[in-house]
Amino acid sequence: MARTLVTVPKSAKRGDVIEIKTLIAHPMETGFRTGDGGSVLPRNIIRRFTCRYGDEVVFAAQLFPAVSANPLLSFFTVATDSGTLTCTWEGDNGFAQTESVALTVT
Amino acid sequence: MKRRRLLQTAAGLGALVVLRPVAAAPAPAPSPVLDVLVQGFANNQPVGTGRVKLGISPLIENGNAAPLTVTVDSPMTAADHVKRIAIFNEKNPERDVAIFTLGPRAGRASVSTRMRLATSQRLVAVAELSDGSFWQDRADVIVTLAACIEE
Repeated sequence: MARTLVTVPKSAKRGDVIEIKTLIAHPMETGFRTGDGGSVLPRNIIRRFTCRYGDEVVFAAQLFPAVSANPLLSFFTVATDSGTLTCTWEGDNGFAQTESVALTVT
Repeated sequence: MKRRRLLQTAAGLGALVVLRPVAAAPAPAPSPVLDVLVQGFANNQPVGTGRVKLGISPLIENGNAAPLTVTVDSPMTAADHVKRIAIFNEKNPERDVAIFTLGPRAGRASVSTRMRLATSQRLVAVAELSDGSFWQDRADVIVTLAACIEE
């Protein structure tokens, strides 16, 4: 399990535009670097990120090796109802991780 | 008389120094690599300049993690919103950086991340809007420490 960090405001007013910051510990190995002995290190990246607010996808991203290690993604959404934000990272070698945070909307 | 000549020369030199950068500022060099990528993303539709802002520091000290922000001037309503934003580079081993999918629920069309830069180069951000139009912004960056060099 990779360490993740999903930051959202503790509470928001209905209709507010809130910022969501996500971070995950992942090497994002590009597949272009050589390791010890000169062999090329195989690619190991996160290819897809999805953020669902309730059941609806509010943001998704397709990532490539040019994204830095420990990829940070920061984006916005409109606070509509109290609910759960579910962030999913999927990548090479069957990597998949999901993190949920609760959001209170007043 | 000598003093007057000296002053005139000094004034002339001053004007030269002031004017030089303007005259010497080169027109942005064409970038066929990025043109092809932008056209590919836009399915050969016309791509306007403006509305998109690719925010990245012009001088990158660490090419392993260069912060960047793409902002699109859009009300983000159901009728008028940003559908996709793509970022491409010119000289990394792979041209793609990231493709973001947004919708009216985003509220604000602004995305931040961090990218690798193998060398000094030009980047482009292309946005696809819900009305089918495409907009782009380009940025030149100078990289002092390139990504992928340390093992």
